[in-house]
Amino acid sequence: MSIIIIGAGPAGCEAAYRLAQSGEQVELIEKENETGGNLNNWYQLFPDRKSAKELNRLLRQNLNHPNIRVHLNCEPVKIIRENNSFSIDLNDGAQLQGEALLLTTGFRTFNARRKEEYGYGIYENVMTSVELENFLTNHQLQTSTGKKPERIGLIQCVGSRDEKICNFHCSKVCCITAVKQAVEIREILPDAEILCFYMDMRMFGPGYEELYREAQEKYNIRFIRGRLSEASENLSKQVMIKAEDTLVGKPIRMSLDLMILMVGMEPSEGTRQLATQLNLKLAPNGFLHTADPHYATNLTSTPGIFSAGCSTSPMNLTDTLTDARSAAIAIKEFLLSNRANTHKKH
Amino acid sequence: MNLEGKQQIWKDYQKEIADDKYYYARSCIRQTFFPGSEWAYLDILGNKLGKTVLDDPRHTTCTGIGYHSDVVPIETIMTVVARHFALMTEAGFENMTPSCITSFGIYTEILHTWETHPETEEKTREFLWKATKREFQKPKNLAHTSDIIYKFRNEIAAQKKYSLRDVHSGRPLQIVDHIGCHYAKMFPDKGIGGAEFPAVLSGMVTAWGGQSVDYPERRHCCGFGFRNYLIMANRGFSVANSKKKFESMQPYEPDFIITNCPGCAMFLDKWQYTISEMEGTTYGKNGYGIPVLTYEEAAALVLGYDPWEIGLQMHQVSVEPLLEKMGIDYDPEAKYKNIKGEDMGQPACPTYLKV
Amino acid sequence: MNIWGFSISEARVINYDKNDKSIAAQLSKEVPDSNLCIGCGGCSATCTAGNLTDFNIRKLQMSIKRGETTEAARELHKCMLCGKCLTVCPRGVDTRKMILTLHKLLHN
Repeated sequence: MSIIIIGAGPAGCEAAYRLAQSGEQVELIEKENETGGNLNNWYQLFPDRKSAKELNRLLRQNLNHPNIRVHLNCEPVKIIRENNSFSIDLNDGAQLQGEALLLTTGFRTFNARRKEEYGYGIYENVMTSVELENFLTNHQLQTSTGKKPERIGLIQCVGSRDEKICNFHCSKVCCITAVKQAVEIREILPDAEILCFYMDMRMFGPGYEELYREAQEKYNIRFIRGRLSEASENLSKQVMIKAEDTLVGKPIRMSLDLMILMVGMEPSEGTRQLATQLNLKLAPNGFLHTADPHYATNLTSTPGIFSAGCSTSPMNLTDTLTDARSAAIAIKEFLLSNRANTHKKH
Repeated sequence: MNLEGKQQIWKDYQKEIADDKYYYARSCIRQTFFPGSEWAYLDILGNKLGKTVLDDPRHTTCTGIGYHSDVVPIETIMTVVARHFALMTEAGFENMTPSCITSFGIYTEILHTWETHPETEEKTREFLWKATKREFQKPKNLAHTSDIIYKFRNEIAAQKKYSLRDVHSGRPLQIVDHIGCHYAKMFPDKGIGGAEFPAVLSGMVTAWGGQSVDYPERRHCCGFGFRNYLIMANRGFSVANSKKKFESMQPYEPDFIITNCPGCAMFLDKWQYTISEMEGTTYGKNGYGIPVLTYEEAAALVLGYDPWEIGLQMHQVSVEPLLEKMGIDYDPEAKYKNIKGEDMGQPACPTYLKV
Repeated sequence: MNIWGFSISEARVINYDKNDKSIAAQLSKEVPDSNLCIGCGGCSATCTAGNLTDFNIRKLQMSIKRGETTEAARELHKCMLCGKCLTVCPRGVDTRKMILTLHKLLHN
C-alpha cells in the first residue's frame, strides 16, 4: 500500500520525493493541471532572488521517480478510513488505497477586497503583491493610465495581524517579500520613490536582514513605520493614503501612483474542506492544529493523518521544504511501527 | 474607480428596513435649522408614498448632545430613550425612525448595550417605571429616515418632476455626499453600504439622475464633534475638518453636497460662510458656495416641491444656481416672504460669499 | 480683529506631497549611511542633550527625511556633538557627520 499526499505544492512535491526515495509508493493528488501550487505565481524568491521557475522545475523533476504517481486535475470526493488504511475516491473515478495520509494543501492569499478601506478592486492603481510578481516577470510596471509610476507604496500586513478581518496571525513572509519586491521595482524604475509602510520588519531568515539593509543603502528604499489607515482616489487616479509616521509621531498623507498590498496567508479552501471532512482540530488561527509546536509539527489530531507546509501555519519556502522532509520521516516511523504491529500512542 | 468593485462590497451590507408604520423621532438640530426638511419628509411619506408616520409631540430630545459632551450620564440617556420606546409602544408602533444621526447612533448603541449587558436594560426599565410608570417594547426595526428615503428612492424617482440633471447641458449633476459619522462608523453593518462605501445617499442620487462623486475625504468627519463646537475655543478644530472636506471636493466641481446628518448639513452650510469671512475663500463657482441639501430637501426638489416651501431660504449658501441648473420653476421674490406673503426681512450680505 | 473667538486650526499632518525633501536628498547624498536608520532609538536614549532637553536625534533626522525641516532646524543646535550616539548605533550611522551636514544644509 502507498502513502497518499493531497496537494502538490512545494511541500507535497518534496515529501513525495523523500518518501519515494525511502522506498515507499506515493500517490500525489493535485487539483490544478500542474504541480507547484502558489510557487507558480512567483517570479523570484527571497532573499537570494533565485528564479521560482528553477526551484519549481527541480521539484517537478523529482516527481519522475518510479515510486510516485501524480494525479493532476484531481480532488478527493470521498475519504473512508478502515482500520489502518485510507480509501480515497477521486473525481476522475480512480480509487486509491493508502496506509497514511499527508495533507499539504497549503495556503491561499488574503482576499484584499475584504479590507475595503484600501480600495482593492475599486481604485485602479491598487494591486496585490501576487499581481506585482506577474509585472516583475515581464519587467514592466506602469499605472492604469499607462504612465511611468513616480511614487510607489508597498503596504505591509494586509490581511495579517488584523482583528478587523479576523486574522490575528503574522504571515511571516510578507515583510521580506516587500523588501525583495521593492528592490525588484527599483531595478525597473531607477528614479521612482519607493516606500514601504510597515508595523515591524520581521527579518527572521538567513540573509533577510542583510537584504533589508541593502534595500536601504544600495536601492534607496524608504521605510515608514505605520499601518495604512485608509486609501482613496483623486482625480488623476492616484491613490491618496493616510497613515501615521509613528517614529516621527505625526499623521502622514501622500499620493501614490501605485499601491501594492502585501497580502497575507490564510488556510486554503482545500485545507479548510479537508479539516471539516476529516474532523481535524484547527489552531485558533484557522490553520491545522499540530500535536506539538516543537516536537510533533507534522502530526494532526488524528493518527495516520499528517500535515506539512503552509496548511499548518504561514511558512517561507525553506521551512516548508524542511517541514515536508520532517513529515516524510514522521510518516516513515509511523509505517514501520504499524507494520511491526506495535501500537504506540502519539 | 471601478464601480462594480464597490457594488460587490455593498452586497454584503444589506440592511432590513420596515415597509410602513413608522414612529418618527425629530432631530433637535434639523427642526431648528432646517424645519422645512422634516416637514418635507413627513409630507413625502404621507402624501406621496402613502405611508403611516406618527409625528409624536410628546417626544423629546434624546439628550445625545449632552451625552456626547459628558454632561448627561449614560443611565439618564438610556432612560430618556426608554421613554421614547414607551411612547412608541403605547402608540402601537414597532418601527423607530429617528431623523437625527446622533439619535440613530444613540438608539443603536443603547440597543446593542442592552443586548450585551442585559442588566443595564433591567435597570433602565426600573428607572423608567419609577420616573414615569411607563413600560416599553424594544423597536422591531430601527432605521434612520435616510434609510427610509433610500428604500423608496425608486418610488420617488417614478413620481419625479425634475431630475438631478443640468437641463441646459443634459449632464447629470455631480454630487458629493457626506454621511454622518454615527450612521455607520460605530456599527458598520447598521448602515447601507457599511462605513467605508456608504450607499445610502449615493443610491438616492443615482436613482434621481445624478452622478455620485467619490472624493478623497469623503469619509472624513465634518468636524461637528459636540465638545469641539460647543466650546468656542475648540471651533477652530471643528471648522478645519470641514475645510479639509471642501478642499478635497472642490476639484470635482460638485453641484451640491448631500448629507444625512442634521449637524453636518448645518456645519457644511454655515462653515462656508465662516471660512469665507476668515480667509476670503469660497468653494463654488463665481464666488458662490457649494449648496448643501439634506436628502429630504433633495427628494422634495425632485418631486417638485416649492424651494421656499421646504425652507431652502434658511440655508447660508444660496441654492439658486442649483435651482437654475435643474430648471426648477421658482419665484425669486418669494424667498423672504412668509406664508401670508409678508416680507420677513433679509439677512445681512456676507463679505465674500455670493448669495 | 478676529470677531470669531477662534481661528481655523492648521493641520499637523505631514503633507508629504507638498513638503520640500531637497534637504533629505542632499543628506542622503553626503551621508549615505543616514539611510540605514531603523528607528531603534539607541542614539536618543544615550544622548546627553536629549536627557536634559526635548532634543531627539532619532526623531529629528526622521522628520528631515519627511521634509519637516522647520522644527528640526530649531532643534539642531541642542546637540553637543559628544559622539555617544555614534558609538551605540547598531547600523553604523555616522551621526556626528549627519548633524554637521544638517547644520550646513539648514543654516546656510
